[in-house]
Amino acid sequence: MSWRTIFTIYGKELRDTLRDRRTLISMIAIPTVIMPLLLIGAGEAAATIVSKARAEVPRVMVIGGADSPGIRAALEKSGKFRVEDAQPNWRALISDKRLRAAVEIPPGFEQALAAGAAPAVTLYDYQGELKSGLAAEQLEDFFVGVRTKATTAFLAARGLPPTLARPFEIRQKNVAPPEKVGGNLVGGVVPYFIIMLCLIGSIYPAMDLTAGEKERGTLETLLCSPAARTDLVLGKFLMVLTGAFAAVVFSLVSLGATLMVVGSALGAGALARNGGGPALPAIDPLGILGVLAIVLPVAVLFSAVVFSVSLFAKSQKEAQTYLTPILLAVIVPSGVALLPGVDLTLGLALVPIVNVSLACKEMLSGVWHWPYLAVIFGSTLAYAAAALAWAVRMFRREDVLFRT
Amino acid sequence: MIEARLLTKVFPDRQRGPIRGADAVSFSVAPGQIYGLLGANGAGKTTTLRMLATLLRPTSGAATVAGFDVVAQPDQVRAHVGFLAASTALYARLTAREMVEYFGRLNGMAAPALRARVAALAAELDMGEFLDRRCSDLSTGMKQKTSIARMLVHDPQVMIFDEPTLGLDVMTARSILRFVRECRGRGKTVVYSTHVMSEAAKLCDVIGVIHAGKLCEQGTLAELLARSGTPDLEECFIKLVSGGAAA
Repeated sequence: MSWRTIFTIYGKELRDTLRDRRTLISMIAIPTVIMPLLLIGAGEAAATIVSKARAEVPRVMVIGGADSPGIRAALEKSGKFRVEDAQPNWRALISDKRLRAAVEIPPGFEQALAAGAAPAVTLYDYQGELKSGLAAEQLEDFFVGVRTKATTAFLAARGLPPTLARPFEIRQKNVAPPEKVGGNLVGGVVPYFIIMLCLIGSIYPAMDLTAGEKERGTLETLLCSPAARTDLVLGKFLMVLTGAFAAVVFSLVSLGATLMVVGSALGAGALARNGGGPALPAIDPLGILGVLAIVLPVAVLFSAVVFSVSLFAKSQKEAQTYLTPILLAVIVPSGVALLPGVDLTLGLALVPIVNVSLACKEMLSGVWHWPYLAVIFGSTLAYAAAALAWAVRMFRREDVLFRT
Repeated sequence: MIEARLLTKVFPDRQRGPIRGADAVSFSVAPGQIYGLLGANGAGKTTTLRMLATLLRPTSGAATVAGFDVVAQPDQVRAHVGFLAASTALYARLTAREMVEYFGRLNGMAAPALRARVAALAAELDMGEFLDRRCSDLSTGMKQKTSIARMLVHDPQVMIFDEPTLGLDVMTARSILRFVRECRGRGKTVVYSTHVMSEAAKLCDVIGVIHAGKLCEQGTLAELLARSGTPDLEECFIKLVSGGAAA
């Protein structure tokens, strides 16, 4: 093995790659743009959608309750609802989003309330639909108000204090430091994108340097040189690794810059809702460095696998076909950190990609489980070494190199 | 110097069973000699030449190129061989200069010697006009000159040409043939594969006719014609590959 030859090959591949617009897009442009888009764009869009939904006066329908005119009048008087006349197809209207929610008032509701009985009203909404859910929430608030008023009147009529029905208050306060709040909020999303970008960053250089070279006839030219096969693999592999790692570095730098410049929209919002506090940093800055370190063996693993698979393909088109299932297979484990309640265990620390996803989330939240981190780093490195050995082996196979 | 002894390559094939790409091919080429490997498409020319250039490993048999064993010393063999084929392309995003320099560095050439060598090759092959243009922007003739410079940069003793004129226009093909003759003039050991009879007849000192992986016959043009009793190389070739009967 000659390092001089390896770096000669790497230098040429780097120069060649930097002249390839497609690779630059996957390696630099997408990773740089996606974090601000994710943190600002997605947060802003979600906030706009929710605030717009909240600002809407929902159309609701009262089903039944002909003998309880006071309730309908109070609903109309509240100004929070546009009360529609009852129609038999109210369920279809909710499904068609022409009606946000409906409330069913039982017969004799007001009379029962005055008598101290416990009649039940039923709210109908379209679960999962934001505006319908908000309308149902508002209706519930309205009826809780009616209930409280009735309780207070009932107690007052008997000379009892209102605190009898509400003897104490409950307050909720946040004790988590800002970076943990921010880390928990975006800590699941960021690893997902980092891992996916790492894979995407490796794909284009890998396809270009293997199947692409076969297709263009340059691989045979290169094989005629006296460079040893191992040197050729390592030189090319270093370029693929550069693509994967560059995607991670650009996305993390972009993430850090976004947080520094505009603050974390999600983290700041959460803190504001939890009683204020400093808005920056919402993610542990050391966590970003930790993510960079733990993603390195993943980048090696991805680069080696993608390199070997692309090398096997006859053309870039065929390589894309082989790599699509890999891309899909990585989506699920890299998104594990998005699932609530999944914590790092020794078993999960050995599962590739899942382990890194969870570790990244913890590190961005300022949690450092050093024994687990060591296991994750070591095991991922072992998987990566095996994948790299496979890549070298593939490059020695004539049926792979000359599979055209 | 090239010495091939019973060189055989078997390709496994799940559907058709083992395929003998080259079957016990033996020949030798001396310095200052052009050995022509004449055969139809799929006859085994490329397989044989790829084994000599160590791109493929022989299943059996042996060969030495410039004194190095193709199986035991593949890196040294490649360091002494220049290989040019229709399938050996250029890096489109590199300039002609970068392309030639890259292969010089892969051959272990130091920077000052490499710069001097590239300048000399550029002058010799008249590449000055396009030396710093990207290969994607070059004409076919310019690309061929760049490929030749890439092949020559480390001044190899042995030159292997695998159908280098395939798909080229007459003028570019003529310049390639002129260059091959010049190699002979400089004392290089040359192997030239083709399926074009006129090329083989005009260019080669010794011709080996290959068919179905086997070397059917070899000798000078005069020897081949005398042994086969045919008036020209085409008739001779047809007689050899059809098992004795000339058309």
